[in-house]
This record gives sequence, C-alpha cells and structure tokens, in this order.
Amino acid sequence: MISFIGRSIIQKIITLFFVSVISFLIIHLAPGEPSLVDPLNPKFTPEMVERFRKEFHLDRPLHIQYLYFYRDLFTGKTVSWKDNQPVLKKIWERFKNSLWLFIVGTILTWTLSFPIGIRSAIVRGGLYDRSATFFSYLLISIPGFFFAYILIIFVVNSFHVPVIGMETFGIGEPPWYRWLMDRIWHLLVPSVLGATGGIAILSRYVRSQMLEVEGQDYVRTARAKGLPEEQVHYKHALRNALLPFVTMFGLILPGLIGGSVIIESIFSWPGMGRMAYEAILARDYPIILTVNFISAVLVLAGTFLSDIFYMVVDPRIRL
Amino acid sequence: MIKVDKKNIPQNTGMERPLAPKESRLREFRRLLKGNRPAFVGLIIFVLFFCTALAGLILTSGPKPIFDPAIVRLQEKLRPPLSSPHLETMRPEEIPKLGLYLLGTDDLGRDVFARMMQGAWVSLTVGFVAVGIAVFIGIVMGGISGYFGQNLMRVDQILSLVALLLGGGLLAVGAFVLGAALLLIGSVYIPLSLWLKKGLGKRPLRKWMRVIFTGAISIDTLIMRFVDIMLCFPSFFLILTVVALLPASMYNIMIVIGLTSWMGTTRFVRAEFLSLREQDFVTAARALGVSNWRIIFRHMIPNAIAPVLVSATIGIATAILTEAGLSFLGFGVPPPHATWGNILSDGKRFIFDAPWLTFIPGLVILIVVLSFNLFGEGLRDILNPKLRER
Repeated sequence: MISFIGRSIIQKIITLFFVSVISFLIIHLAPGEPSLVDPLNPKFTPEMVERFRKEFHLDRPLHIQYLYFYRDLFTGKTVSWKDNQPVLKKIWERFKNSLWLFIVGTILTWTLSFPIGIRSAIVRGGLYDRSATFFSYLLISIPGFFFAYILIIFVVNSFHVPVIGMETFGIGEPPWYRWLMDRIWHLLVPSVLGATGGIAILSRYVRSQMLEVEGQDYVRTARAKGLPEEQVHYKHALRNALLPFVTMFGLILPGLIGGSVIIESIFSWPGMGRMAYEAILARDYPIILTVNFISAVLVLAGTFLSDIFYMVVDPRIRL
Repeated sequence: MIKVDKKNIPQNTGMERPLAPKESRLREFRRLLKGNRPAFVGLIIFVLFFCTALAGLILTSGPKPIFDPAIVRLQEKLRPPLSSPHLETMRPEEIPKLGLYLLGTDDLGRDVFARMMQGAWVSLTVGFVAVGIAVFIGIVMGGISGYFGQNLMRVDQILSLVALLLGGGLLAVGAFVLGAALLLIGSVYIPLSLWLKKGLGKRPLRKWMRVIFTGAISIDTLIMRFVDIMLCFPSFFLILTVVALLPASMYNIMIVIGLTSWMGTTRFVRAEFLSLREQDFVTAARALGVSNWRIIFRHMIPNAIAPVLVSATIGIATAILTEAGLSFLGFGVPPPHATWGNILSDGKRFIFDAPWLTFIPGLVILIVVLSFNLFGEGLRDILNPKLRER
C-alpha cells in the first residue's frame, strides 16, 4: 500500500512536469504575442512594448521563461499581465463563485441519477426504461447553449424572474428572504444546466452496473432463498453495484475547475470558466497557464484518490 | 501413408451441408439493424444529414449559388419562417429561389435556410475529419503500444526521438538551421538505429556504447504515459485556447479537435491488441511466417475495429457539439461563412423577438447529434456478439 502510494505520487509528479512543459510550449509557440493583441492602441508605443516584454521576461529564451514562470507560481508571486493582480488571488475569488455552481450541480447529479438508473435497471425493457434511455440520449446530445436559452425563455416567461448574473441587477438591499430567493433562482438555472449531462451519463452507468450485478449468481441465490424483491434489489444487488461509484467521487474533482466556459458566459456568472475565457481573449498567459496547471493537479489528485478509495472499499484489490 | 478408402467414408454425414443457414455479413448486419429501431432511425437521419450537407455545399457555393447565404436584404430582416417576401421592394436577384423564406431571415435579412445549408457542410466535415485524425492517431499509437509494446526503447533511440521533437519545436520558433539539423539527425538516425542493432549484435561493446544501447523504457510505457499526460488537460479549455491563439479557420478547428481526442481510441486499440496478440489465430499466422505488418493489418485490425467504430461514431457527435460550442463563443469558422453555432450565437440577441433564430439551429444540432449517438449505441449492440440472438 505504502509503496503503491509512493510510486504513484512520483509518477504523477513526473506527469505534472510534462504537462507543465507542454502547456507552456503550446501557449508560447502559438503565433502572435500578448503585446500584439491591440496594435492600434495609441498607448502601445514601441517603448511600452519593450518595457512590457522586459517586465515579464518575454525577451528571454523559452526555457528561462519557463523557470521564471514556475518559480513565480510556486512562490505565489505570479501576476496577471492584464491588471497586475496576483493570479492566485484572482482565481480564488472566481473559484468561490464557481464552487456554488459545482456543489449544487453535483448534488443534483448524484441524487437524481441513482434513483433513475436503479429504477430503469429493475424494470428493464419497460416503458419507463425506454423513455429514460431516450431522455438520457436527448440530454447528452443537446447543445448546452441551446438548452440554456430554452431554460431562460421558460423561466423568464413562466416565473418572471431574471436569471442572468449572480443576482438581479440593481436589486439594492432587499429583505433577506427576497435576497435569498433571488440568489437561489440565479444559482438554480445554471446548475441544472451543468447537471443535465452528468445526470444522463451517470444514470446510464448506474443502470448498466445494476444490470450486471442483477445477473450474478448471488442475486439469483438471494431470490431463490425467497427473499422479498425489495431486499434482493436494494440489499444484495445495489450494494455491490455501488462499488465503482466510490471511485467516481475522486473523478468529480476536476469538474471543480473545468466548470463550463459556455454556461458561465451565457449567464454572466463570474466564475472560473468565464475568467479563463476572458484570459484567453486577452492573451493573459499567466492565468491560462495557472488554470491549466491547477486543473491538471486536480485530475491527477482525483485519479489518485479514486485508486485509494477503490483499494479501501474493494477487498479484492490489493496493490 | 494410410490409404484412404473412399467407399468407407459415409457420404451423408451432414458435414457437407452448412450447419446454419448461411448469411453474408452485410445481410446479417441489415437484419440486426432493422431489429434495433433507434439505431435504424439514427442511420436514416445520418444519411439524410449527409445528403443535405452535400447538397448544401453544391447549392450555396460558387460565384452564383442557387441559395445565396450572403445576400443582405435589410428591408426583410427578422421575417418568421414560411413568410413570403415583399416582392415589390426587392431586386430580382434578391428574391429567394423557393419563393418564400422557408426558415425565416436573420437580423440582416439573410435567408436562414441557405445559411443552415451552408453550415451543414461545416458540421459534417469538422465531425468526420476531426474524428478521422483522432482514429488514425489512436489506431497507430494503440497498435504500436499493444503489438510492439514490450520491446524496450534504447537510450539512443530515445535521444533521437527527443532530437526530432526538439527540431520540430525549434523550426516552429524560427531557429531554422538548428531545427532542420536536429530534424535531419533524428530522422536519419532512427532507421539507422534499427539496423545498428542487427549489425552490432555479436561484437562486444565498449562501456559507453553499452550505456547507450541499453533498453531504458518500454514503448508501451512511453505511449501510455503520454496518453496520461494528454488526459490531464481539460479538453474544451485546451481546444479553446489553441483555437483562440491560432488564426481562425475551419481546418485549424478540425486538426485541434482531432489532436485532442485520440486518447480513448488509443486505449481501446491497445487493450484489444493485447488480448488479440495472445489468440491462437495470431500465433498460427506467426508460425506461418506472416510478417508483423500483415498480421497487424490483415488479422488484428479487422478484429479490433468494432469498439473503435462505435467510439468514432459517438466521437463525431462530440466533435459537432464542440465545433458548435466554439462557433457560439465566436472562435469558429470566420464570420461571413455560416455555421450552426454562429447562426445561433447571432440569433441569441433576438431570442424573444425572433426565437426561430435560436430554435432552428439548436434543434438541428440536437437531432444530428442525437442520431449519431443513437446509431453509435446501436452499433455497439449490433457488433457485440454476446448480445446477438441466434
């Protein structure tokens, strides 16, 4: 166990190093430079550009730039090229906003997809199962931005609540219950959107896991013993079918930062995805690279956690 | 030699008759497909979409297209679907060929039907080319990893590979001389190194040469670690970054989507190859002296292709969605050219006044992507021998 942990941590650090190199190269080898974003701006005199390049080490060779950048990142001194704010502070501010979307979306996903998936496995082939299957394909296939507009039209027309932004513009200082309702409305619609794809995929996965376990010998034995159906389904089958999902707790970690660029920009939600999008538009390399780096760390940490969870939960796996 | 007495062999053992009714592969496929209704519907929609896209390419391009997606008629803006044009205010070449606006007009009075036709071709090519690139890389990498995986790469080969990559990188930065030199060294040395091993096989080596010629890392490890590295990037964000940095064009989008989505195929193909390599028919082929490449292309790839086809079909759906998302964010195909994503993105400002500008492209994307997904899932069932009823 200990040796497995040690080995995988070393492996993940090596992977992370290559990720950092590749993302750095992708950004810096792409044609165009941040100083050329706005060539018509009269403030961008050649001297300014020169000073700018010197300030951010853009005049040095690539490998030196790489070292400078990651030294600054690990000491927390990286600043955004756009407004000279520390990158980590900016990300943290936006992260707090995205976190709410993530939490509500995850809760929705996990609480809805299990009942749907389990029920479709139990009544396999029935009308419920077939319609659940069709709807999950529909939800996987619908473009997020299109679905967002359908939801906006629906919510605005039938409930007369605005849903753009984090709170209604110019709402001022309403009583706390109004404020709370306002917040909840603004939070709910984007998180429902973020959860739809997850619900569709996860419920299919739950269904197939459940079907697989239902075909096992021990379930047949349980049924042959004369146990009531509920006990067979929920005690014998479900518990075994849940095993792989323990690992998925680790795999939702990357979703923390990936967020959704599209959903956040439609709803003007000041979260991570939107910040990344703005950074891409402004060629704010430090932010792009930092977001990329953090998300790679989260992916690696997620797979690591899920391996550990699996070992703890499943006695058949000993590494 | 045993002499075979022909009279003693019973004539009617039943061995000459085929045991099961013979069915060609295509007919069997058709029968299974008809049994799976969603997949069948998916296939029909897919064929329709293909024809529409082809027709769209022919009818909307050229100097005098039949449906011109670029004609601006400001007096005719935001007309709802199926409305007929005000003929008296228009020049003859501005009149839509169908005599009415089948899908309405947008805020510049452009015919949405013509624009949708033009966009269909973009979606089709982006889907197919991106997935083609991804599948090609996936099969090559997965095949190498699964078939030659346990061979060790020697230090000198790794060094020459590094030289190749570095040379490519330097060429891209602009250091042409050094880059070209490294590329040349790398590409000359790799075939040479394969030959060197045979040439030097028997002779005792010096100490420093022994270090260079030791096997350092297996090819499998190298490729799979690379897959792990690529999986660490958040895919949509990576695509968005690269597309935003590169000059806007349809080809860049295809290439970038293709280059960031080959990892799944690689894993499938590798897993299939690892299990196929141990099968008896491969051993038999090898015993017959069949060359490695013939074994791979003639015997293994046809057996490993089923999961790849399924994931490719679903990959096309994903690629179409990704392209639409990029166009929606404004990073897609550059503007006068219509794509489904940018029709929707332009129409979103008029969502309450002209909802068809949002709903038509949205629904069309939904239907096409859904058909690909259903067809892919159906294909998975059809190609899975375990689920066949005999």
